[in-house]
Amino acid sequence: MRKELAGTAPKSAAEPLIRIVKKPELPPVRASLLRVGAVCLAIVAGALFLLLLGHNPLSVYAEMVRGCFRSKIAIQSTVKIAIPLLITSLSVTLAFKMKFWNIGAEGQLIMGAVFASYFALFHSDWPHIPLMIVCFLAGMIGGGLWGLIPALFKTRFNTNETLLTLMLNYIAFYVVDYLRQGPWQDPEARGFPKIATFEANAYLGKVFGVQAGWIIGLLLVVLTFVYLRYTKSGYEISVVGESQATARYAGINVKRVMLVTMLLSGAVSGIAGMLQVTGTDFTLSTGVASGVGFTAIIVAWLAQLNPFVILVFTALFSILEKGSGVIQTTFGLSSYASDILQGVILFFILGCEFFIRYSFALRKKGGRAK
Amino acid sequence: MDTMEQKIAIELKHITKAFGPVVANDDISLSVKQGEILALLGENGSGKTTLMNILSGIYHPDAGDIFVRGQQRTIPSPHDALKLGIGMIHQHFKLVDVFTAQENIVMGTKLDRRLGKKELAAKLSALCQKYGLEIDPLKKTYHMSVSEKQTVEILKVLYRGADILILDEPTAVLTPQETERLFAILRSMRDQGCAVIIITHKLNEVLAISDRVTILRKGKSVATVTTAETSAQELTELMVGKKVSLEIERPVVEQEKALFEVHHLSVRNEEGVYALNDVSFDLNGGEILGVAGVAGSGQKELCETIAGLMRAEKGAILYKKENIVGKSPREIIKMGISMSFIPEDRLGMGLVASMGMTDNMLLKSYQNGKGPFVNKKPARELALRLIEKLDISTPGITTPVSRLSGGNVQKVLLGREIESEPQLLITAYPVRGLDINSSYTIYDLLNEQKKKGVAVLFIGEDLDVLLELCDRILVLCHGEVTGILAAQEATKEQIGLMMAGETEGGAA
Amino acid sequence: MNTLVNFLHAALLAGTPLMFGTLGEITTERAGNLNLGVEGMMSIGAIAGFYVGFVTKNLVLAVLGAFIAGLLSALVYAFLTVTLKANQNVTGLTLTIFGVGFSNFFGDFLRESSGVSVLKLSERITNAVQEIHIPVLSDLPYVGKLFFQYNPFVYFGILLCIAMGLYIFHTRTGLNLCAVGENPGAADAAGISVTRVKYTNILLGGGICGIGGAYISLVLCGGVWVTDCVNGLGWIAVALVIFASWNPFKAILGSFIFGAFNILKFYIPKNIISIPEAIFDMLPFLVTALVLIITSIRKSKENAQPAGCGVNYFREER
Repeated sequence: MRKELAGTAPKSAAEPLIRIVKKPELPPVRASLLRVGAVCLAIVAGALFLLLLGHNPLSVYAEMVRGCFRSKIAIQSTVKIAIPLLITSLSVTLAFKMKFWNIGAEGQLIMGAVFASYFALFHSDWPHIPLMIVCFLAGMIGGGLWGLIPALFKTRFNTNETLLTLMLNYIAFYVVDYLRQGPWQDPEARGFPKIATFEANAYLGKVFGVQAGWIIGLLLVVLTFVYLRYTKSGYEISVVGESQATARYAGINVKRVMLVTMLLSGAVSGIAGMLQVTGTDFTLSTGVASGVGFTAIIVAWLAQLNPFVILVFTALFSILEKGSGVIQTTFGLSSYASDILQGVILFFILGCEFFIRYSFALRKKGGRAK
Repeated sequence: MDTMEQKIAIELKHITKAFGPVVANDDISLSVKQGEILALLGENGSGKTTLMNILSGIYHPDAGDIFVRGQQRTIPSPHDALKLGIGMIHQHFKLVDVFTAQENIVMGTKLDRRLGKKELAAKLSALCQKYGLEIDPLKKTYHMSVSEKQTVEILKVLYRGADILILDEPTAVLTPQETERLFAILRSMRDQGCAVIIITHKLNEVLAISDRVTILRKGKSVATVTTAETSAQELTELMVGKKVSLEIERPVVEQEKALFEVHHLSVRNEEGVYALNDVSFDLNGGEILGVAGVAGSGQKELCETIAGLMRAEKGAILYKKENIVGKSPREIIKMGISMSFIPEDRLGMGLVASMGMTDNMLLKSYQNGKGPFVNKKPARELALRLIEKLDISTPGITTPVSRLSGGNVQKVLLGREIESEPQLLITAYPVRGLDINSSYTIYDLLNEQKKKGVAVLFIGEDLDVLLELCDRILVLCHGEVTGILAAQEATKEQIGLMMAGETEGGAA
Repeated sequence: MNTLVNFLHAALLAGTPLMFGTLGEITTERAGNLNLGVEGMMSIGAIAGFYVGFVTKNLVLAVLGAFIAGLLSALVYAFLTVTLKANQNVTGLTLTIFGVGFSNFFGDFLRESSGVSVLKLSERITNAVQEIHIPVLSDLPYVGKLFFQYNPFVYFGILLCIAMGLYIFHTRTGLNLCAVGENPGAADAAGISVTRVKYTNILLGGGICGIGGAYISLVLCGGVWVTDCVNGLGWIAVALVIFASWNPFKAILGSFIFGAFNILKFYIPKNIISIPEAIFDMLPFLVTALVLIITSIRKSKENAQPAGCGVNYFREER
């Protein structure tokens, strides 16, 4: 790890120019400062990129932020973007705390949406409140079951959960695609086959002009925090995540903890799916998740799995997301810019973690350690 | 031996190395000549391994000079060390499991690239003969015994043409007979002009093999003496820094017969091989039963099966005539049996490395109390009490236990376990990595438990300790009991032979 | 018979990007690094290959461009994980998000700046990726179609797999690579420069993935730029590595089989078996999931993931 920094390996055995030394862990405050610094650097890097494309980065950034807050409607739509992101971030947090690399929040969200949509589509004649509750529960079950599948195989055969959850994302996507083309196709829609829009009775109510999902999201933040920090189950999750051998030693049923936690993690994503179809889309489409499950992984990681910090990063990323939609219309920049920026921010944060644990030592004068 | 004619192979001057706030090596100087065996003696944590890692290019010294054959050198990597003819045989073998012996030997070199497998094997066999080593070059490493692996490590270094060898605690995993064979090999190397540095904390080995001894204490070199002119007592005093009695107490306690019995226990490991085969013994209350054996003879499986962490294929484990085989740790607790297990891997199994003391205390008690919430208060109190009682040095009860020193980690673990007032205490290598003072604290704690009538199972590696501390010693070889001896009457040689598989000489 | 031959022929064509992706990831994982960024590296390779091809109208340059782009994106990953010791899972995922975003962004940007609604490659390129006609051999009945009527990428991919197989299993450098992936500590002690081996092979792997991306944008998409063109192939490639048990030779077979699943829907007569199209699209992912599960059920020491995979190495760790 030293040589590439010092150029080629020294022929004469001189000490490398730069080498890595481990240092005692930084106090949390300084570590956080370092991370904030990394985010700032990432924004600067993004600015350079914009400059390269011939745009004034300041005006682009300003437009992004302005675009999110310029009107009541803009703010409301930013919040709308934030809801599924917040909830799926909490969902993956549960799994990640256990070091279960669930990157299937996307698929779990979709399946939650599918289960909820069934009732929204075919039982829209039920009274509103019971219908919403049933949709909510259906969403939880759908997402939960989809999360349970990889956990079952992980506990039984130690199947690689990263790749399995990923495949399940695609499978869930094509399930919706199938429903769209087949059994759930709206016979009245012309051209491109799609699923019908829900009856108004199956719309989730609004609070302060935004779908009620934001209240559920905030509630889940607190619940997740309390669950992980103060309950026996939360303690078990931490122990399993740190060391399965220790967990077994302490008499924890590791398999059970994994299954239950993944059921929960999936269920939380399922809630996000339910909220998306009944609160925002009012129909089920293949774009119901549109990558939010992946962004959630970034958010959860950046927030170091702390539910309250997740709230902060969700806000930041929602502004990015909404903002890049705005700059598309204003500057003609593709909305994929937000993916790039998210990636860059995370690259910088990942890089800066190094400086929390290690530091570079420069060669002393004369090339010898004296 | 005429030392004047011998050339100096290695000279270290004023080496200093710190890891964060911990100074591992503080101004250490030593030298070794060609055709000489130098023992580097010191307690665990005295900086022996760090010093040798500096010499083999793994660590960089913060200050100090290294001279190889009279020339000043910096050694930036193991590759450069090998180029200078310095080879290190690490305590934890540096071998690739899925490779054959010869793949492990040739990897990283540019030698013999054109040779086929068979030709290479023949060449290696010739090298073996020169030093009296024995290996099968085409055997996969994961099929090898520890002593075979060690032979591969030695060959790896010789194949690269190293004539300065460093061995880090090479005998820790060997039987006394294997140790003798290794020493014969080292002597033959010395006689062919190699310089050998052997790191150890075992006095009798120092006296048996070395020409000179350099003693380290707390990161400093305190003395270098000629082996022929010293004694075990002098070496100990130099190593510990004060007069210590090397006697381990063995109190006589009234025993409760067969408090705990194991009958015909057979266990398969993950690969489906029998790790324990028809093991039977009983353990009395108020007794320390030692378990001796080469590493990997089934000790781990024995502990984990009793603790309910591994499944037994056959047999019974009786506690006061009640069978606990097949019960999970939680079920065993529910039966009202209080059993404590101090696993070998303290931070990887007994404790959660990244959690503080309080949360680690919770590991055994978080289920207490009603409702879904954890009550941390008793755990916090327990943590504070243990710090007081066992003199644990830690910045605080929330500091991750991984940041504590080995001795303190063991005190945290043992303290928590003893606090639950066990009737059966299983300890696997409880003093591994600990300095002498901490080790004696642990022995005292175990004896204290014994006096309370607790049945103690003590998995050990140092035969001298086993012979002094335990009441009886059970010897394991390849998962089978080769005998149970009364410690007072047994000898090291006898145990060594039994560790290698011989059963005569006294089954209990 | 004709249908079958056509099917097998098309399967190999469809499996070729997987072959590159799988091979790239095998190379990376052999060095002990699990790079989940294959999808991203392939996406970047796709846009880079397309862009260079679009501008220069030269196939060789386009492939080279894709290779370099893949290599550079792997460099980001290597710098973060090898030098800065960042979490491999997260870094790889980020690379995927970044890479897919970058590819789509740049595609849009190119379209905007050239003022056309569809980006189309010149005929020089599309002709160059036509199948090669080998006199006599290509004209053999059946055999010709099955073995000798492919575009240059296919032959190149197979040769590359064989070359990498020989490298990994039959050279000293390959032995050193495996040592680093299995046990970097042991490799280091044996005098192998762990950092250099890791960098070299991660970059090489990334470059190979990039070529796979170029195949998608230059050949599979028929000469026009398609947003999200990699669409999960990179992820299947990551899973295929397990199927191929980290063996480049088996990667050829694996990508052929998965190529077949990708195009199955065109060869099942609709009037005989009527299965919705979405189910066919799902098939490669479903089969990959099954393969993951089956390989996890039967495991052996020899055909396992390199033991050091996923864990970063720091020499002074203690």
